[in-house]
Amino acid sequence: MPEPLAESAKAAEPATPVEAGVQPLVLDPAPAVKPTVEKAATKKMGIVGWIALIWIIAIFGAAIFAPLLPIPKPTKTFLLHAGEGPQLAHPLGLDGTGQDMFSRVIWGARASLLVSVASVLFGLVGGGVLGLIAGYYRGKLDTLLSYVFNTFLAIPQLVLALAIIAVFASEPTVSVEKREFWLVVSIGLVSIPIIGRITRASTLAWSQREFVLAARSMGAKNRRIIVRDVLPNVMPAMFSIALLGIAVVIVLEGGLSILGVGVPSSTPSWGNLIATGRNELTKIVGAAPQVIFAPSIAIFSTVLSLNYLGDVVRARFDVRESAL
Amino acid sequence: MRAVLQRIGQLGVVLVLVTLFTAFLIDLVPGDPTIPLAPFATTDQRAQMKHELHLDRPFPERYAEWVNGVVHGNFGCYYGTSGYTAAKSCPDSVADRAKDALPISLLLMFYAQLLALIIAIPLGVLTAYRAGSLLDKGINTAAFALLAIPNFVLALVLAYYVGTKAGWVSPTGYVDFGQSPVEHFQQLALPTISLAVGQVAVYMRLLRSDMIATLQEDFVTMARAKGLSSARILWRHALRPSSLTLLTVAGLNVGTLIGGAVVIENIFAIHGMGFLIADAIFRRQYVALQSYVAIIALGYVAVNFLVDVLYTVLDPRIRHARAAG
Amino acid sequence: MSPLRRRKEVTRTISARPEAGHLLEITDLSTSFKTPRGLATAVNNVSFVLDRGKTLGIVGESGSGKSVLSRSIMGLLPKQNVVRDGSVRFEGTEISSLSNSAMRQYWGTEMAMVFQDPMTSLNPVLKVGRQITESLHYHLDMDKQQAHDTALALLKSVGIPEAERRLSEYPHQLSGGMRQRVVIAIALACGPKVLFADEPTTALDVTVQAQILNLLQQQQRERDMAMILVTHDLGVVAGRADEIAVMYSGQIVERAPTRTLFAQMRMPYTEGLLKSIPKLEQPSHSRLQIIGGRPPDLVAPPPGCKFAPRCPYAQEKCHSEEPPLVEAETPGHYFKCWYPVGTDAGKEALERNLAAGLPQAIAAVAGDAIAAAKVELAV
Repeated sequence: MPEPLAESAKAAEPATPVEAGVQPLVLDPAPAVKPTVEKAATKKMGIVGWIALIWIIAIFGAAIFAPLLPIPKPTKTFLLHAGEGPQLAHPLGLDGTGQDMFSRVIWGARASLLVSVASVLFGLVGGGVLGLIAGYYRGKLDTLLSYVFNTFLAIPQLVLALAIIAVFASEPTVSVEKREFWLVVSIGLVSIPIIGRITRASTLAWSQREFVLAARSMGAKNRRIIVRDVLPNVMPAMFSIALLGIAVVIVLEGGLSILGVGVPSSTPSWGNLIATGRNELTKIVGAAPQVIFAPSIAIFSTVLSLNYLGDVVRARFDVRESAL
Repeated sequence: MRAVLQRIGQLGVVLVLVTLFTAFLIDLVPGDPTIPLAPFATTDQRAQMKHELHLDRPFPERYAEWVNGVVHGNFGCYYGTSGYTAAKSCPDSVADRAKDALPISLLLMFYAQLLALIIAIPLGVLTAYRAGSLLDKGINTAAFALLAIPNFVLALVLAYYVGTKAGWVSPTGYVDFGQSPVEHFQQLALPTISLAVGQVAVYMRLLRSDMIATLQEDFVTMARAKGLSSARILWRHALRPSSLTLLTVAGLNVGTLIGGAVVIENIFAIHGMGFLIADAIFRRQYVALQSYVAIIALGYVAVNFLVDVLYTVLDPRIRHARAAG
Repeated sequence: MSPLRRRKEVTRTISARPEAGHLLEITDLSTSFKTPRGLATAVNNVSFVLDRGKTLGIVGESGSGKSVLSRSIMGLLPKQNVVRDGSVRFEGTEISSLSNSAMRQYWGTEMAMVFQDPMTSLNPVLKVGRQITESLHYHLDMDKQQAHDTALALLKSVGIPEAERRLSEYPHQLSGGMRQRVVIAIALACGPKVLFADEPTTALDVTVQAQILNLLQQQQRERDMAMILVTHDLGVVAGRADEIAVMYSGQIVERAPTRTLFAQMRMPYTEGLLKSIPKLEQPSHSRLQIIGGRPPDLVAPPPGCKFAPRCPYAQEKCHSEEPPLVEAETPGHYFKCWYPVGTDAGKEALERNLAAGLPQAIAAVAGDAIAAAKVELAV
């Protein structure tokens, strides 16, 4: 629009005190009433948040220091008490062969958390790097990576992980280390496109911000901008996804165990405890449901806590969910 | 129309990439892939097998042959049942096995999705309408807790208490609808519930937050100023504009549902695709696995295409933007 | 369904017989929002009456509470976080205490509203026709054909060309002006007795604004409907309203029949609003007089006159003591000021302020935007 025309249009418009430069007081009815209460509620850690955090610290601590804890070895059998429910010496009861469930759940945490944390780290590094590159440089590379991500996302995660493990570590005689390695690799690979997409979306948004453009205009190197300006802002999103991711992988390992390709049952994991406990529940008489319940409750509380903390992080840093 | 074609093209590319990947899996098998496929076959039979599977030819040709087979309804061979004995014939075709299993899995997932939406939509609308109330908080907390229950745990608990202990249904097995509709639903009830519960929580929370945003819109105030009833405003005016995210996620969640079904089918011994996949892995039938995964990917891609189409039905703005573009 | 219809017939018979009482009678209406900082009073002790076929203009800046006022009268504000006091009588019936479901008998049929932004006030996923016929089915129990014909007639009466085609179109296919016509058609559908027009032209192009205002005025006359026209622009209501109420910080600070208000305004704020309207006779680039500063904080308003911090006439007394709403010598003219414009007291006050170099006083006289900017910095 040519300049004089715009000028005259402005003059014809009845200028109000507001339009003429006085800042309006922002208290129109709509924003005042909007129930942003719930957001404020999840932003604070709150007592639930602290409980969740303490549980996570406790369970990780127990998993790391399991050998030092005053608990029986997970394979030690108390034949006299086999299949019995919770009691003073065995707070979570015993399984059908007389192994202490409390000890097995704590030792199970080791394998479950190891696999979960390692796979998520794998996925974070892979997905993070690819997402940052795709989101920052855009162009052809972004299109290509998006295609690859979409391809892998077109296969359900569990099926894809299953396929990879099937090829590399499905022989029944496989060693624990080898199976765990391939679990981490397959689950990590599966999570790369998911984490990659989220990182890409977040990077895309942050790369358009003024301070990034400013850094670019001052001739800063791209790699430096990514590391110094973009990455720190993308981190909250990645951290929140990591928390949720660990929860997802704990469940995923359980599912794979049911299918017989989780952590081998010679080393307890929450998943294989449930998988081997399945037989217990087919008994009509004399079943010991604690073999299922003990690890299930461990999974439930841990997943619940991680989900909650993930939400807290997401709310605090205002991570957009649309990227998911 | 061009946008639709473009989308189909994109999906085609994705499909090609997926099948390329699954076809490549067999190349990754350490050592001679025919050994895990048919452990008891003779050397001659192995050579024959390699030829039939085109393992003696370069990867691109093998892939082309596989695609050619799939187009003609030949999804390869399953060598797991009776071992590999007959020299030439295929003891059990993958297509035959999948033909029986696919409808079962589709039904199971359809029921689960339906149940989840039937429960989640009214709850989402209700909690959004009463946002901030005690009821809302209670339902939300419950949903958050449900999210943390793995479907296999729920399945095992249900199978034990409702199946084994109470004896209301048999804890395993599947009955065809045609055979006995009552037993069909009885047998699928527990697997359906196990799969649906987690989705209910996801869908409800999504719809609730979108609905709360919609209820802030001017057109809702306007509908109120028209003197319409709350029910009418919620269901006729607010639900449809709030359901787009829900729809997308319901589409994307089919992936989760498939993964869940694989595990659930194994727990309830339902011979669907999930059962076949676990069996193929257990018996190391890579050829079958390749085809199963491809079938699933195809289904998943198709569902997401459908979601795209549904979008345009729900939101006339997108419909017209697409028609224009 | 049935109690609703019965109730409607009752009101019909009442309205058919000429009545002495006012159509709408607002007494001491206050409305506050609960905010994290405290109670924000958006409407503060507002009283007025409105008769059949009359137009009341409510004028004020953003944040003066004028939009809240119309929603509060209609009872459209959410129940949570809102505190409402005072009395709203419609045809003699107290409606401020009614529940939402009881209010539904009034919404649409007795009182209707035209919203500010037609881009957001129509449902994007429903056809235009549906959005009109919906209330016809619901309130007047019309069948499909009747409702369709009525909707068609309504669209024609609000000046929409090719009305038949528009019925089956979606809101996004119409221009802003057309959409506002549709909104008006929806508001008029069930023949309301009072129409609230909440800044009906603010979101529209300048060229369309006059058309929509004329349409509203024409419909109001044809239907002998009462109208409350809410705007931030004194110019909009000048030729259209029978009476004007000026709002500031949730209060009515001056109220008078239109002619009286323009001829003998008493409130310095009204004067400021008037001076901020550009006049045709002024050379095209002359500076507009503006009111410096901002409207007061609704959570903690100043103790005295709410306008005192920005007022060119303000004296010591204004800052400490709140003036009452008093009647001027002309009947029906009320204002709320210690040193009214056009009186000796006011003149002296302004001179004192000029002598003291009060920036808003200099700005008011000189029309100096720089001085006004200083006020803004100071307040």
